[in-house]
Amino acid sequence: MTDRIADIHGPRTPHAKGTVWPARIDQYLDPGVEETDVERWVQSACLLCSNGCGMDIAVRDGRMVGVRGRATDVVNHGRLGPKGLYGSTRWAHAGDRLTRPLVREDGRLVETDWETAMGRIVATSRALLEEKGPLSHGFYTSGQLFLEEYYTLAVIGKAGLGTPHMDGNTRLCTATSAAAFKESFGADGQPGSYTDIEHCDAIFLYGHNMPETQTVLWARILDRTRGEDPPRIVCVDPRRTLVALEAERTGGVHLAPRVGTNLALMNGLTRELFANGWVDDDWVAAHTLGVDDLRSTVEEWAPDKVAEVCGVDADDVRRAARIFGESTDVLSTVLQGFYQSHQATAASVAVHNLHLLRGMIGRPGAGILQMNGQPTAQNNRECGADGDLPGFRNWDNPAHVHQLADAWDVDTMTIPHWAPPTHAMQIFSYAEAGSIGLLWISATNPAVSMPESARIRRILGGDQCFVVVQDLFLTETAELADVVLPAAGWGEKTGCFTNVNRTVHLSEKAVDPPGEARSDLDIFLMYADAMGFTNRSGQPLIGWRTPEEAFDAWAAVTAGRPVDYTGLSYDRLRGPTGIPWPVNAEHPDGTDRLYADGVFPTDTDYCETFGHDLATGGTVTETEHRAMNPAGRAFLKGAAYTPAHEEPSEDFPLLYTTGRTVYHFHTRTKTGRSEDLNRAAPDAWVELSAGDAAERGIEEGDWVRVASPRGAIEVRARVGNVMEGAVFAPFHYGHWEPPADLGGGHPDAEHRLANELTMTVWDPVSKQPVFKTAACQVTRVRAGDGPAPAPTTTASAPDTDRPASRRRPPRPTEGGAPTTTTVPDRTPDYPLDPARSSEGSR
Amino acid sequence: MPHLTTYVGLADHSERTLAESFRSVADGHAHVADVFHTCRMLAEWSEANRAALAPIVERYGEADVEEPERLHAAGLARTRDGEVGLLRDLQDLHVLASLVQTTWTVVGQGAQGLRDKELLAVAEHANEQTSRQLTWLNTRMKSAAPQALIVAP
Ligand code: SF4
Repeated sequence: MTDRIADIHGPRTPHAKGTVWPARIDQYLDPGVEETDVERWVQSACLLCSNGCGMDIAVRDGRMVGVRGRATDVVNHGRLGPKGLYGSTRWAHAGDRLTRPLVREDGRLVETDWETAMGRIVATSRALLEEKGPLSHGFYTSGQLFLEEYYTLAVIGKAGLGTPHMDGNTRLCTATSAAAFKESFGADGQPGSYTDIEHCDAIFLYGHNMPETQTVLWARILDRTRGEDPPRIVCVDPRRTLVALEAERTGGVHLAPRVGTNLALMNGLTRELFANGWVDDDWVAAHTLGVDDLRSTVEEWAPDKVAEVCGVDADDVRRAARIFGESTDVLSTVLQGFYQSHQATAASVAVHNLHLLRGMIGRPGAGILQMNGQPTAQNNRECGADGDLPGFRNWDNPAHVHQLADAWDVDTMTIPHWAPPTHAMQIFSYAEAGSIGLLWISATNPAVSMPESARIRRILGGDQCFVVVQDLFLTETAELADVVLPAAGWGEKTGCFTNVNRTVHLSEKAVDPPGEARSDLDIFLMYADAMGFTNRSGQPLIGWRTPEEAFDAWAAVTAGRPVDYTGLSYDRLRGPTGIPWPVNAEHPDGTDRLYADGVFPTDTDYCETFGHDLATGGTVTETEHRAMNPAGRAFLKGAAYTPAHEEPSEDFPLLYTTGRTVYHFHTRTKTGRSEDLNRAAPDAWVELSAGDAAERGIEEGDWVRVASPRGAIEVRARVGNVMEGAVFAPFHYGHWEPPADLGGGHPDAEHRLANELTMTVWDPVSKQPVFKTAACQVTRVRAGDGPAPAPTTTASAPDTDRPASRRRPPRPTEGGAPTTTTVPDRTPDYPLDPARSSEGSR
Repeated sequence: MPHLTTYVGLADHSERTLAESFRSVADGHAHVADVFHTCRMLAEWSEANRAALAPIVERYGEADVEEPERLHAAGLARTRDGEVGLLRDLQDLHVLASLVQTTWTVVGQGAQGLRDKELLAVAEHANEQTSRQLTWLNTRMKSAAPQALIVAP
């Protein structure tokens, strides 16, 4: 019986380099439920982070009562983490689920029926189309819907209405990953595979606190670093995370660059490769473009200059570069520390550059994993609910637009392709001005998750724009809507989603949704029916009614594109494991890693984008692209470092950065309703270094005020492991509180929202907002009556190098309900795993 | 080479006008976050071109007096409001930047003729930077235009 709140990653199953990661089956059942009570196990995958662990849902008496990892799944080999175990099912029967539609009457939201609610949406929609045309409509979705739902909405938006204003909250979590792939390789698509972990000599984690964001993937790494012939870890993070500790343990390096200086560090690492001759010149000549420009861009970044700008040790830069330069196979992973920072795309592209310079891509162990935050973010990108064209098509390529027009049987002029798709921050600006008059938000909570929250609340609450929200609960965002639609959640509907590693899973319906709640797919179909969208032949535009039909329609439009689903079907996905795309005639069993042949999707007629100027976001034209004749070669693109938009000042001398904790997902809509998770991280906090705390007379647990030029919060202080000059705040906490018996009822609920302080500014290429670079000041308000509510098991642990505060010793984070963990006698056979047979591993 | 001197002066002058205009557009549309930050960055690029040219201006001497009046481009003294206003301001910046670019082209040709390697390098780099400024202006106008022309209040 394991307490997985205290033991986040579970027991180790160490193994040697080049061998298959052993299976281990993790299971959780609600208190009082025995395994024999479970009536059915329903196939699914976890929807609480981008890792996409295969799992089965336990059902009893029409209720979801627990989960079990699927031992045969290539993603997790049976394991689950604390969020998946404790957080997957318990929100579903919370007492405050939305069960009926709501409409605003005299300023208040009141219950109504579906016809009335949809009637209001349709009336507003028609009136706006009549008066202003399709550009009056905006859609803001999520990283948590299913592929079938994104695709259906994409067709409604692009071919029914014809609006370019569609984006997802994926813009906040994963847009840079997609943008970086497009700039380097010509199209989106994760090059690497999780199986690279079994074969590499070194793992570089850039701004990626994996032990908290993807716990099962970190368990996979720990099983190598604690086994025979372990890889060395290199950690780039301003906090001393568990990754940093593992770097110290394995003889790697922890680089803690000053907030906002990632690109300077990357330019320095790149320069070291050139300066030490760690470049595979032949491979570079055959497979890349732009090496000379890159060399001159990074020329000035000698280790001493990097040290000065980034505040790191010059020798640490040299050591990290040497590990990269002298290892045979390196795996790199990247996440929010890069994506949500200044110069996000340029810094992420720089990771690709390092791999390309050494020809380290496309073989087991030599891989790149640009991560996603959310479980279905990948599908939003693929299907085009984020504004891109479905199937990684290029909006600037008329032939690609034609393919879609033919598939949908509509005029090409209907499909918005005259300019880049409108990104989330711009959509909200148009809604602010009222030029978007209908904003439809599905399964996300921008009132908490977007920067400069006060502004977002004003936009959603104002009269200038009609707001529709479709969700499981009355979130901080739904409270401000004009119409609220009750949605069915995971386990209450069927659909597919794809993890960060391109692995597609089918998630089957296990139970009925509560009350009148409907699946997001059914809601979109209801709108399409009511609007009467038709194609050129006069037939209904959306020719499907079920998730499976929607999936097949989607698979058909992916033919011939990098993201090829044509070999997949619901039947195939009902097998023992998820399957990574592309799956087609050439790769009938799926594809473990891309670019094994060193050929990239950069051909002018095939690529998803012609590229951008990384500094400005200005677009490269087709003519310019053709003149470069990339023909399957990857781009080496560099950019000059520039200082962050907001530098510390006398009034705001510290650098503010936001992030997450292992026990919560997004704005806690699901995880806050699991008692085990909520008690582990019940309330917001802010982390300060010991030096900055002492200077301000702040002790562990004191109430402090954190202010930036845009707003302030008042929360308790953890004297912890951030670097001096930096302040860390978790972004999960809006004003919603769970009931007291789940550990709710905190006095700071109205003033703890981390995004009150962040800036409205975004990366020029990926348009991802910058959550990690704002200036702030911290002042002590009053003494606390205990330690900060921050977990002690994670990067937010008290300062590791000093004795814990004696007056207010931090409470150890523990006390999760029992779970079981079993290691089967035989490790299942994993298709495509290069370690399963000797001939497979190179 | 009195006319080359004139053009070197013009390059300096028009870059200054462009930098000032980028800054006034940044301030005039400060609530449009990307316009604000990008225009300020692009103003610095123009200033950097002037700084690179400065030693050459010194070498060739000032020629302001002889500069033909009609080659002067007026900067953006005042910016406009709203989405359409932004579009017009970006368009004005594009006109200014085009003048800057052709000026560098002409200066570069003169430098070729004189075999003035220092001036040639400055002119070529400045020309590239101006292309990037123009590309951004084009991209930004393209994305702003539909909404500004059709739906904006
Ligand atoms: S690692 Fe992610 S996908 Fe796997 S169980 Fe945990 S939250 Fe779910």
